[in-house]
Amino acid sequence: MATANFRIWRGDGESGGFEDYSTEIDEGMVVLDAVHQIQAESAPDLAVRWNCKAGKCGSCSAEVNGNPRLMCMTRMSDLPEDESITIEPMKAFPTIRDLVTDVSWNYEAKMKVKPFKPRKPDDADGTWRMDQDDIERVQEFRKCIECFLCQDVCHVLREHDLHEEFIGPRLMVHNAALEMHPLDTEDRLGDLKEDQGIGYCNITKCCTHVCPEEITITDNAIIPLKERVVGEYYDPLSRLLRIFKSKDSNEPA
Amino acid sequence: MAEYQSHEHDVLVIGAGGAGLRAAIEASAAGVSVGLVCKSLLGKAHTVMAEGGVAAALANVDDRDGWNVHFADTMRGGQYLSNWRMAELHAREAPDRVRELEAWGALFDRTADGRILQRNFGGHKYPRLAHVGDRTGLEMIRTLQDYGIHQGMEVYMEHAIVALLKDGDRVVGAFGYDRERGRFRVFRAKAVVLATGGIGRAFKITSNSWEYTGDGHGLAYDAGAALLDMEFVQFHPTGMVWPPSVRGILVTEGVRGEGGILTNSEGNRFMFDDIPDLYKNSTADNAEEGWVYTQGDKEARRPPELLTRDHVARCIVREIREGRGSPHNGVYLDISWISEKLSNAEEHIKRKLPSMYHQFKQLADIDITKEAMEVGPTTHYVMGGVLVDADTQMSTVPGLFAAGECAAGLHGANRLGGNSLSDLLVFGQRAGKYAAEYASENGSGAIDDGQVEAAVSETLAPFDREQSSENPFEIQYELQERMQELVGIVRNEGDMQRALEVIEDLGKRAGKVSVAGNREYNPGWHTALDLKFLLIVSEAVARAALERKESRGAHFREDHEDKDEAFGSVNITQHKGADGEMVINRVPVQPLREDLAAIIEENR
Repeated sequence: MATANFRIWRGDGESGGFEDYSTEIDEGMVVLDAVHQIQAESAPDLAVRWNCKAGKCGSCSAEVNGNPRLMCMTRMSDLPEDESITIEPMKAFPTIRDLVTDVSWNYEAKMKVKPFKPRKPDDADGTWRMDQDDIERVQEFRKCIECFLCQDVCHVLREHDLHEEFIGPRLMVHNAALEMHPLDTEDRLGDLKEDQGIGYCNITKCCTHVCPEEITITDNAIIPLKERVVGEYYDPLSRLLRIFKSKDSNEPA
Repeated sequence: MAEYQSHEHDVLVIGAGGAGLRAAIEASAAGVSVGLVCKSLLGKAHTVMAEGGVAAALANVDDRDGWNVHFADTMRGGQYLSNWRMAELHAREAPDRVRELEAWGALFDRTADGRILQRNFGGHKYPRLAHVGDRTGLEMIRTLQDYGIHQGMEVYMEHAIVALLKDGDRVVGAFGYDRERGRFRVFRAKAVVLATGGIGRAFKITSNSWEYTGDGHGLAYDAGAALLDMEFVQFHPTGMVWPPSVRGILVTEGVRGEGGILTNSEGNRFMFDDIPDLYKNSTADNAEEGWVYTQGDKEARRPPELLTRDHVARCIVREIREGRGSPHNGVYLDISWISEKLSNAEEHIKRKLPSMYHQFKQLADIDITKEAMEVGPTTHYVMGGVLVDADTQMSTVPGLFAAGECAAGLHGANRLGGNSLSDLLVFGQRAGKYAAEYASENGSGAIDDGQVEAAVSETLAPFDREQSSENPFEIQYELQERMQELVGIVRNEGDMQRALEVIEDLGKRAGKVSVAGNREYNPGWHTALDLKFLLIVSEAVARAALERKESRGAHFREDHEDKDEAFGSVNITQHKGADGEMVINRVPVQPLREDLAAIIEENR
């Protein structure tokens, strides 16, 4: 058992600053445990969002010593012992209070992505056949727990504040999961190019580095989507085909 | 009069886990306007934690399976206290509900011929759980969420409901606040669906998140609805026990489904020592048979680790009590041993149980492909809940529906693993359908200001009181501690009488709690408001458990260790009496329909 010192950001959207706290640390504790202990001992109105405490729901995202992390999966024993631990809210989103940010933009932006549209069922009972090999890459994307740490760290959103022009890595992964779904028939490439700003991503891979689910966001989701967009819009043959395709009526699945 | 914002919908769904989302989707499809209230952000509800799979007799892996076998398994698992009509509907409709998810984009793991793969689980005769590795709940909630947001429903994220509003006998709305800013909301609705999940936060060691404070149970009870089967609380046999801060976090039954074994400090596979009579015929009596069963041998019988959760949990408690536990008061769960059987064991385990691998590696420094886990029972699920009509899911109060964990009837004395995800799909769909129908047939009710005023003052009370020494967190901790100790896995008369005294005392203290700060995202205030429902469900569990003087399913009394036939034919219900006291009734179990009785006989 040892005492750990914390600098936790307190305040609302208007103003705020760091406050100092300290609490006793037991074996195996994670940062979220320490925050809860501080809450119960000395700061009952310290705002923190959390749910499962097992890395499965993606609620407790924050910046610990400057690194975007899930607080429930950051062990105290992995942080330097001799200095104060800094905890602050995600910077790419407006602060509501203390460690809680307004992430509603992510939900609004998701509405822009066209939903799943399956092909006709393969069998008379309304089911489909798919090989495990063909769904595995999509299953990687569907591991996403929507913690929005990738959105937080993306410089297009964080530094350039281009939330209107670019939907961010999380929603690129969402697009990839739909576009590469073996049953899906929808076309999202035009939206990706125009409204969702895929061109803004310049592949710095910061999103991949912070993903707690270890999804290879840039290499497996964004780059293949970029290639598809390029193939569709900048390849002369595809451009021609697209003109013909747009003349056909859009057949329902 | 305090300020509040009003919203009006035909159907208001409270809770946005699997059951709430499925209900909201169905009601939207019926063409009525739907409001969906969630205590957290959308997609974070407890369904996200479900690991092993969703039970449905698709018969993709074993063509001997069918709804009738699933029905018989569910009834046996529930020790014949389940509502047989719900068990029938559930078994019949679960396959369609699962296939429908695939049409909405879910990607379940596949069989070699490209269909939905199914795995073995405790109490299910055949491989029946459709799954995605060990993150099935995430796949389900994300599928429902991503489909649901395009169906036209209004979603109220981070809103908590503190009271239902009535017009005479009928529920016509709800009062609550948004957690972010603390602004008050009045929701007017022609029908209300409760889908708030369980009560795990009434106990100290639990796999449940902070949200599981029995809100739906408490709201319904306060509005005059009856609760059913509250004595039956499921303690999942395998939760993490070390380090202390992760105590209670779930370790999926899927570990045992894939061949994991339970051993004690002497290295003995103790589950072979005590196999209940009901399951003697269907349980392996040697290690090799158990192993080949987990690898798909259709002739083999299942290993004893896959007996029902109530039984496995009690065997683990016995080992620990008799001094054969692990260093941190658990037992060992070992999947690494399968390297004796499979050359690619490490890769196999990581592929089948990725989040378990991740969870132990990150939180406990344990590599489950190389060493055994330490596990012990954790409060996981409440079979009891709002008493509902089997077909429509309407409670005993008109206009009030309930589905999923906060409703009761399907699981009887013990729930089989995998039957919860199918429960919330089947009965979420039904609740949505019949709530929409009810809303179409009934006009709007009137809500008098007095009810709203009363709810406002109750909600603000913790701010209005003079600063006292009562801290809401301390009261919650004490309740959890005492419920675990006095009304936990092993119960007796004296302990539970003491629990009732403790609950009464804590209720008085809760009435004196004061909180600091303002209404914006204030955890102290939120915790103070949660206490009311936690205390109601704790009292309901303790009183029902006192009433049932026998041991059956998840309810075990050391002062009445055996089953008592008289209790085998009654369910216990509870409702709020005229003077506010908790009234208990014993209600006879409905006699089985003949064809269903025959199915049970065939599958004995």
